Amino acid sequence: MFGFILRRLAVAIPTLLLLIVLSFLLMYAAPGGPFTQERALPPQVLANLNAKYGLDDPLWRQIVNYVWGIVAHFDFGPSFIYPDRSVNQIIAAGFPITLTYGGIAFVVAVAVGVSLGVTAAIRQNTWLDYCAVGLSIGAQVLPNFVMAPILVLVFTLWLGWLPGGGWGGPIFWIMPVIALSTSFMASIARITRSSMLEVLSSNHIRTARAKGLPERAVILRHALKPAMLPVISYLGPAFVTMITGSVVVDMYFSTGGIGRSFVDSALNRDYAVMMGITILVGALTILFSLVVDLLYAWIDPKIRY
Amino acid sequence: MSLLEIRDLNVRFATTDGEVSAVNGINLDLERGATLGIVGESGSGKSQLSFALMGLLARNGRATGSVRFDGTEILNAPPAVLNKIRARRIAMVFQDPMTSLNPYMRVSDQMAEVLMLHKGMGKAQAVAESATMLDAVKIPDAKGRIRLYPHEFSGGMRQRVMIAMALLCRPDLLIADEPTTALDVTVQAQIMELLADLQRDFGMAMVLITHDLGVIAGSAERVMVMYGGRVMERASVDPLFADPAHPYTQGLLAAIPRVDQKGDKLSAIPGSPPNMTHPPAGCPFAPRCAYPLAICQQVMPPLQGFAPGRERACHVEIEVVRAGHAPLPDLPEPAAADLDEAQQLSDLIPEESAHDR
Amino acid sequence: MIDSQQMQSLAARMSETEVKGRSPWADARRRFRRNKAAMVSLCVLALVALFAIFGNTLAVWSNEEMDFNVIGQAAQLGAPSLENGHYFGTDDLGRDLFSRTVQGTQVSLMVGLIGAAIAVIVGTLYGATAGYVGGRTDAIMMRTVDILLAIPYMFVLILLLVVFGRSLSMLFLGIGLISWLEMSRIVRGQTLSLKNREFIEAARATGVPAWKIILRHIVPNLLGVVAVYATLLVPLMILSESFISFLGLGVQEPLTSWGALISEGAGTMNYGTLWQLAFPLFFFCITLFAFFFVGDGLRDALDPKDR
Repeated sequence: MFGFILRRLAVAIPTLLLLIVLSFLLMYAAPGGPFTQERALPPQVLANLNAKYGLDDPLWRQIVNYVWGIVAHFDFGPSFIYPDRSVNQIIAAGFPITLTYGGIAFVVAVAVGVSLGVTAAIRQNTWLDYCAVGLSIGAQVLPNFVMAPILVLVFTLWLGWLPGGGWGGPIFWIMPVIALSTSFMASIARITRSSMLEVLSSNHIRTARAKGLPERAVILRHALKPAMLPVISYLGPAFVTMITGSVVVDMYFSTGGIGRSFVDSALNRDYAVMMGITILVGALTILFSLVVDLLYAWIDPKIRY
Repeated sequence: MSLLEIRDLNVRFATTDGEVSAVNGINLDLERGATLGIVGESGSGKSQLSFALMGLLARNGRATGSVRFDGTEILNAPPAVLNKIRARRIAMVFQDPMTSLNPYMRVSDQMAEVLMLHKGMGKAQAVAESATMLDAVKIPDAKGRIRLYPHEFSGGMRQRVMIAMALLCRPDLLIADEPTTALDVTVQAQIMELLADLQRDFGMAMVLITHDLGVIAGSAERVMVMYGGRVMERASVDPLFADPAHPYTQGLLAAIPRVDQKGDKLSAIPGSPPNMTHPPAGCPFAPRCAYPLAICQQVMPPLQGFAPGRERACHVEIEVVRAGHAPLPDLPEPAAADLDEAQQLSDLIPEESAHDR
Repeated sequence: MIDSQQMQSLAARMSETEVKGRSPWADARRRFRRNKAAMVSLCVLALVALFAIFGNTLAVWSNEEMDFNVIGQAAQLGAPSLENGHYFGTDDLGRDLFSRTVQGTQVSLMVGLIGAAIAVIVGTLYGATAGYVGGRTDAIMMRTVDILLAIPYMFVLILLLVVFGRSLSMLFLGIGLISWLEMSRIVRGQTLSLKNREFIEAARATGVPAWKIILRHIVPNLLGVVAVYATLLVPLMILSESFISFLGLGVQEPLTSWGALISEGAGTMNYGTLWQLAFPLFFFCITLFAFFFVGDGLRDALDPKDR
């Protein structure tokens, strides 16, 4: 187990370093970036940058400085736009918010998606199955940026039940969570259903039935675990897409998460903030895929660490 | 009263290409402690017969007729009734031990749950009892290995685990569906010997399903030969082998390689099993038969006794069959379409074909 | 989302049928024709394509012209009407929504098709090369794919768009180049399993040249997977582009796309101009639906299974 984690880290760490270095080079080469001095940056920003990277140092030195700052101090450096804010401060302000509604959305998507998929598989070719399948097909063409306006239209403009944006108590969480989780819920339900059907027709399930186990035990004890394997492999990509989706949620609902900072920095060409968020998201993705792999190995005893 | 009475059992599968009939009007009686062998090619319906009586047909399968076990009707019985009989009174050993054990659970958990369910044992006691049973099927170091996962056993050992699991509740009837097909020849012999020993020790009845007449010869008392979902011949082992009364049985026997008859050509039955989406009106074996009569194409011959304890379903005079050696007709090479149909049939019955993929 | 398990099942099925020596396509065509949802979807796609190609000839207004009668009163006067030629109404600036929707459809379909084409070509070549060459080359190539897959691509794409400027070609390239990774994995897997099949070994043993083996045995097998994958990839490309345009980081005015139109419509819907959201959304949804159904239908036709 320990060796398995080590080996995964042996891939993950170079990946992350590569991402950081490439990001820096991109920033370095970017037209209108601070390093090309085409654009007049506020003197305070230039001073910050100089203190941080040593603009007169050779490129490799700057890269080392940047990487070292991130790895050793978790320091993404100063913003290019705001003289008095660092990337860290910007992330620290938005990240907890993103984490809150993102986490809830993730749990909701998995819990509802899996139950829906399992139910549909067990009741195959009943109205319940057709509803679940129809719902999950429908939700595929309702990505978060379509869901968000529709939700606001219905719940804020027509019904007036929910606030159309902002961040506060749980009432502000509802629409972001629904907007973010719907399409994943649908995908998870689809995957669960088809893998459950596959498992239910497999030989070892017939053995379990031949043992006289009640259907409930057959499904919960024998079918659920193997049926979850494809769902677990899907969680990795789902996580990435979900973080991406949070950008839309932040934009549309003004929740104040890091997505907003990302888009703002993209529009302002504040490369430092973009890099910082991209690297953070990359690190989270890699961490998450490690967790997914461990989960997979825990379920499937045939996978040796 | 027999232990198992099957009357006019039919099994059909609804598929997108129409209805496939896998079993047609089977009647069967099995006494306590007796052993019955069921022989036939793949697709002859022998496995579906056993699945039907255990209520294990695939979703699209429907069984009609009557199956009485120890006086109780169990065909299409509600789950509550079936679950009291499954494993406790009728146990099954499946063809493919690689996929028939749950690969995600420890053997101890898979075995113990049977005892916890049917005998109300606690976990520890159930595991201990399971280990004893593994010992009985001659798995070395049973206490230690019971904690392993199925993939950590060899094929033969896995089948022993399957058998041990089936015997946990000391069932009255054991259905072994091709128990040795997936195994090496040497292991096959060990498993058959083990089954015979256990049957004697536990005094249970056994239905042994196989495509291998050699397996039947050593283990069963009576044999039922199936083809196209129907019974072709039924007799005790010795007369069946010595004096096959049905052209199909003859063909099967001729296809067994024998050491003592050097020089004889090994003959295969020409043609391929019928397409059961459009079953032939007459005898399903007629297209491949060595003694075809005109009537065979139109009318299915009934299963009739012709000697004490012997039955056959064939229009051809017994003397003609006995005289045998009528040269096999030169059938044209089976057209590609026929092969496809046979392939489709096995595709359509998911439970049997799942592991082939 | 493309279900990788189902894609693998399809890939396995396609190489299986090759061994049996009969073309899976004839059966597939029959099965596809029987699939009503897929056939209807095919018609829908044809209609959307006709709309994109010939829509402009029906339009009374061009997509850039502002209707000065409507400006400032879009909510009152800009509603869809046949009389003033604004079939779909106008946007907030008084521009004709019909011709803008036509243009958005053109852009979105183009991004989808070209993006998917780039992804399919790169993915197939990369995967087939890795699988056929094998050995260390294969290991390095696939490890690279692993690493690239771990990168949050939408963020990187936006980064690229910001750094290199927001042009249509950059969008095509960016979306296409990022989506070939999964494709290459599936193609590689299938190439690997085909490479060691008896019929390929036999062909090799009898001196059939490598290019002929690839053309006669590997490519026909890949075709099914590639076709299904490409069909399912187009809507994903459209989704990605719409996502970026929704954020205001995609195509730039006066160009527009479904995502940009949806974004505009969503921004103005509290003024009561719902049609500005409804029309682009309608085209977006039916097209995505249709592509998904056709892709699924194609897959089910090639790999029939009770799902």
